[in-house]
Amino acid sequence: MADVETAETTDGQDTSAAGALDAGERIGMLGRKLGMTQILDPRGRAIAVTVIELGPCVVVQRKTPDRDGYTAVQLGFSAKKESRATKAAIGHAKKAGKGPFQLLREFRGGENFEVGRTLRVTDMFSAGDRVHVTGTTKGRGFAGVIRRHGFGGFPGGHGTHEYFRHGGSIGNRSFPGRVFKGRRMAGQFGNDRVTTRNLSVVQVRGEQNLLLVAGAVAGSRGGYVEVRPVAEVV
Amino acid sequence: MGAGDIIQAIEAEQLRSDLPTFKPGDTVRVHVKVVEGEKERIQVFEGVCLRRKHGGVRETFTVRKVSYGIGVERTFPLHSPRLDKIEVMTRGRVRRAKLYYLRERSGRAARIKEVSQAS
Repeated sequence: MADVETAETTDGQDTSAAGALDAGERIGMLGRKLGMTQILDPRGRAIAVTVIELGPCVVVQRKTPDRDGYTAVQLGFSAKKESRATKAAIGHAKKAGKGPFQLLREFRGGENFEVGRTLRVTDMFSAGDRVHVTGTTKGRGFAGVIRRHGFGGFPGGHGTHEYFRHGGSIGNRSFPGRVFKGRRMAGQFGNDRVTTRNLSVVQVRGEQNLLLVAGAVAGSRGGYVEVRPVAEVV
Repeated sequence: MGAGDIIQAIEAEQLRSDLPTFKPGDTVRVHVKVVEGEKERIQVFEGVCLRRKHGGVRETFTVRKVSYGIGVERTFPLHSPRLDKIEVMTRGRVRRAKLYYLRERSGRAARIKEVSQAS
């Protein structure tokens, strides 16, 4: 992911220059996982953190109850070269007064956000907040049961031959005469959408658009993530 | 700035520059901040540096001392804010990077020659 500077989205009007949004307006943002490191807190504990480049995101489209039946906004993240975008995508982003985006995602809420508004990390999150982070796990292709489900496999010796990494029996006999649903077998492993819930925000670095979150997040370095605040428990 | 550079920059910020250089074989006095109830005080751990495990902010070093006949080893994160300071008492002349062989030795056999001033 070469171009970390999302030049086209950062400059221009910055309507959200000052301060945080209300709780109800913190709908979530799009970002990119940069990798992991550790932060030493004053008490000397090393906190493993995931560094996320979060935003700036632009409101590209609004969904309203009248027209769409629900309230949401579509956010765009990371500028895309116009030569790489379809005309439809260019035209779509143009309504927000921006160039095309690498990633567009909808977030519920945000009824007061006008199209074209730029959202930044500092508007949305601060240290100590709790967030859910959604990413796509690393794809491991078609994997066998040992890798995919942690099966034990079969002994390498004692006469076992040509049967080492199989799953073994998958059921009984004529009763029940079928394989139960949910039987763990080989198949596509990874490349799943996974949400890691209730991670705490360790640091927010506004000038670099960084969000540091305690713990691990699904996906490879450079993978896109969605970060949503944890709803307040009433 | 690429992704790796940003992470390196975050790590670089946390590195401490106020620490002396020391190597395995050196006798060091580590001043550790310990919290007891409400109060914070400094505890000193003095011994031979057995090893350093490099790795930027994650660098650690292990100090071994023999306390009341029992070998005690403590591993400290080098860049931890809990370390008040590190004093180097003597510089030892050793021929390997990890001095695990000291664990099997005691008394006179566990001595380490000091580096002569010439070097």
